[in-house]
Amino acid sequence: MTPRTLFEKIWDAHVVSQAEGAPAILYIDLQLVHEVTSPQAFTELRNRGIKVRRPDRTVATVDHSIPTYDRSLPIQDALAAKQLDIMYANARDFDIRIYDRMSDKQGIVHVIGPELGLTQPGMTIVCGDSHTSTHGAFGTLAFGIGTSEVAMVLATQTLLQRKPKTMNVRVEGTLANGVTAKDIILALIAKIGVDGGTGHAVEYSGSAIRAQTMEGRMTICNMSIEGGARAGMIAPDETTFNYVAGREFAPRGAEWDAAVARWKQLPTDDGAQYDAIVELDANALEPMITYGNNPGMGIPITARVPDPDALGDVHQKAALRKALQYMDLQPGKSLLGHPVNVVFIGSCTNSRIGDLRLAANVMKGKRVAENVRVLVVPGSQQVKRQAEQEGLDKIFREAGAEWREAGCSMCIAMNSDQLEPGQYCVSTSNRNFEGRQGKGGRTFLASPMTAVATAIHGVVTDPRSILS
Amino acid sequence: MEPIKKFTGKTIHLPHTDVDTDQIIPARYLKVTDKKGLGEVVFYDWRYDADGNPNPEFLLNKPHAQGATILVAGHNFGCGSSREHAPWALQGFGFQAIVSTQFADIFRNNSLKNGLLPIVVDKATHEQLLDLAVEDPDLQLEVDLETQTLTLPDGRRVEFPIDSFSKECLLNGVDELGYLMRQTGAIEEYERKNKK
Ligand code: SF4
Repeated sequence: MTPRTLFEKIWDAHVVSQAEGAPAILYIDLQLVHEVTSPQAFTELRNRGIKVRRPDRTVATVDHSIPTYDRSLPIQDALAAKQLDIMYANARDFDIRIYDRMSDKQGIVHVIGPELGLTQPGMTIVCGDSHTSTHGAFGTLAFGIGTSEVAMVLATQTLLQRKPKTMNVRVEGTLANGVTAKDIILALIAKIGVDGGTGHAVEYSGSAIRAQTMEGRMTICNMSIEGGARAGMIAPDETTFNYVAGREFAPRGAEWDAAVARWKQLPTDDGAQYDAIVELDANALEPMITYGNNPGMGIPITARVPDPDALGDVHQKAALRKALQYMDLQPGKSLLGHPVNVVFIGSCTNSRIGDLRLAANVMKGKRVAENVRVLVVPGSQQVKRQAEQEGLDKIFREAGAEWREAGCSMCIAMNSDQLEPGQYCVSTSNRNFEGRQGKGGRTFLASPMTAVATAIHGVVTDPRSILS
Repeated sequence: MEPIKKFTGKTIHLPHTDVDTDQIIPARYLKVTDKKGLGEVVFYDWRYDADGNPNPEFLLNKPHAQGATILVAGHNFGCGSSREHAPWALQGFGFQAIVSTQFADIFRNNSLKNGLLPIVVDKATHEQLLDLAVEDPDLQLEVDLETQTLTLPDGRRVEFPIDSFSKECLLNGVDELGYLMRQTGAIEEYERKNKK
């Protein structure tokens, strides 16, 4: 048999049919649903009198527009409240399992899927959300879709898909102290650009990837879309199996053994070919930070902001000039020492228990700088409880940070967690687009360690400077 | 979906590269539960100042942009979030086609599903179109999906690629959800065989 990649094995196993010249009909094992991109899809089903084909393969939660203040308080935003009510009604009417605002298992959709053991190797997973690529960390084919496609999967559990090309990103070496998974992915996007992965499913491999925890792997796969790739994936191994084992929806007993035996067949065969290969040297990586308005505009934290005049392409030049104007930054200057107003630790990129442990470890016994607002927003209620059991919330609170309820929060600023115009924020989220964290707000993307170091000093700080 | 075949339309240009869907429609306008009124908020943060007054410098507020149906956009248009509200909002403003050197994957898919035609041209043609749009605020282009051609005012014709399946769907207004619903037999068979 021809050697196949991880991607090809999962793809082949899910093709329902493939007519000549048409896209494949691809079977979807799990659809995750949230309040923002699903209402119009359910309306479509209602209008046509269609049921959800497999409610047992559909799971919903609310995360994007919910407030992160005390759950016992009512939702002040009438539009958000209405959107939640519609989500609840749709879940009820179509018989879909939902983790609602009051559920102790609610959380960001890409945090709860893995945490509940819903995400398992070899699956195809979709969600009306571009960061669905997160689940690829488990050796799944997971990608974001639009609302029309959400309706198609609800109705038929399938999608019309063209087979993407494959790209292998090899990251060999060992990360230095203070350098994390987030820095790997920011460095990759800075290298290939925000369109570098367009049309490709990316598989990350190499010793620096294998050495990552599942949480680190999720951080990397999460931001695949920021490099233009819809899917990012990592071959499952013992780290993966150990993470999945015992979780609520994970197989048990003999079924578990059979599943692991199947999952062990998934890694890419020797000799399998990719359409593109990119290499990154983990030994050479430094903590990364972005300076502009797309995630590809990133530099090592000790480097200087690039000069538009040094760029050849007129459009690139114009884009950089526009970004520096929006960010009010000077070319040729370092970001180190740049004052910030807000630090945000959260989002589906960096809000899991491992991220919070890392952040708390650096924060312990310190105080956040005066005039800096620091929000710590756990990715799920389960993460929140776990952190509280470990006393992490106390570390954050005593340092002067806010400890909030789970949700997307200032990653997308659909609720009241927003930057004010002109404010600077070091954020552990994934997008630094204009206005992403609030109209006129300015985002520097970085790792949780860099975020905490910055919170303590009130200016952009190299996390290595405060590590003992 | 309404079938698309051939149309001529006023063409305007927004040359910025990597325009993300957060710019096309900021997240705070995603709290809607239908598709209505999104044309009014398309490019909101570029179109209106902090007080909600129109920014006269922005393309969509210029007199010549009114009634435009074709947008010549920069490279990698529609990157970022998967929100289908982006094509809905562009269509709400009146656009029927977007021309660029490359579209982000999800935006492209979402556009096709709504009959907003993503037209990919090579770099040289793209530059030419941008120049033409600068010179002539009343630029008109003709789009013919059947022959996959874009006709410039001087009569020059440029071919554009589109896969045969998407083309058939657009030309005939095929409803993909309906198409998939008709595959139920094959889907059941797959589920049975694979114990899903
Ligand atoms: S945390 Fe941010 S990126 Fe992740 S799902 Fe929520 S809004 Fe999207």
